[in-house]
Amino acid sequence: MTDIGVYVVPCMVLVIIGYGMFRKVPVLDTFLGGAYEGMQTMVRLLPTLVGFITAVTMFQSSGALDMLMVAFRPVADFIGTPVEVIPLALLHPISGGGATALLSDLFARYGPDSYIGRIASVMCGSDETTFYAVTVYYGSVGVNRTRHTLLAALIADISVVMSSAFIVTFLL
Amino acid sequence: MMNYIWGGIMVVSVLSGIATNRIDQVSQSILSGATQAVELCVTLLGMLVLWGGLTEIMQVSGLSDLLGKLLSPVVKWLFPELKYHNKARNAIALSMAANVLGLGNAATPLGLKAMDELQQINRNSYVASNSMVTFVVLNSVSIQLIPTGLAVLRNKYHSAAPMEVMIPIWVVSIISVVVGVGLAFLLNRRRKRHD
Repeated sequence: MTDIGVYVVPCMVLVIIGYGMFRKVPVLDTFLGGAYEGMQTMVRLLPTLVGFITAVTMFQSSGALDMLMVAFRPVADFIGTPVEVIPLALLHPISGGGATALLSDLFARYGPDSYIGRIASVMCGSDETTFYAVTVYYGSVGVNRTRHTLLAALIADISVVMSSAFIVTFLL
Repeated sequence: MMNYIWGGIMVVSVLSGIATNRIDQVSQSILSGATQAVELCVTLLGMLVLWGGLTEIMQVSGLSDLLGKLLSPVVKWLFPELKYHNKARNAIALSMAANVLGLGNAATPLGLKAMDELQQINRNSYVASNSMVTFVVLNSVSIQLIPTGLAVLRNKYHSAAPMEVMIPIWVVSIISVVVGVGLAFLLNRRRKRHD
């Protein structure tokens, strides 16, 4: 399984650059243009991350995170997932920046290759920020009655949380 | 809502720090949290700049259009109501292609374009159409093929195999797509009977 992973990124680079050169795209000039936009995205993301990482480290060091985990332990036990990933599951649908902050905090404390680190990775990699998608997409066209969108999307989020631990145990 | 959540986390942290007599640590984390965030940004910056450049090449070379064409049968199947609306279907295929490839910068504008096309054939412009519900639900779950951003973050924390989570992510993603889109379909049909 891990062998495939090693090939994925280099092969993707090969296909992208190879196809670009084949279609006579000025690959370096195009790369530089897009890379500059990537930098601007980071500049927009930085204030969010500063705000949330500060909040998350405060929340953790104050002992509030421990209390939250005690409260959610029955839920975590019921769905068979470590209670440490529950805060991540709660924040992920609401804030992408907040989830990144929590994820890196989990990696720092338990390591990305631990059971908790793997489950957190799978949870984050399998889901997008639900509320962002709903507000931005419907907001752009002025639709305000979204019917069952949020219900279906949130149940899909729950299915991610419930299946992550099981799939990690089964496949890794 | 984010304002209340973020503000709430900060206020609860300080209060619980006082209550549990851990205010030293809270004070310390206020000072160190911001620095940690900037360090994380510097790590992620390299990846965002690199993939920003590579994805631009994919778009200019027509690689993402090609994938959009490959996805068009899937789109036909997911959006049966758009049988006679080629423009809306193409817009959805392109936006899905951008999501599959992880083209963050391109995915949102393409998705908004698709929403615009769907709105033009919507009967009531204040109420979401069935296709809109399916499309937005699809955008709220991840269909990204290669979790590059996640791999960079795992690498930063010295993962022995940053990409090992890829296949579990595919499996969980498929589960959530089936659940989300399946539910959207089911509720779409129920609503139609009531109309």
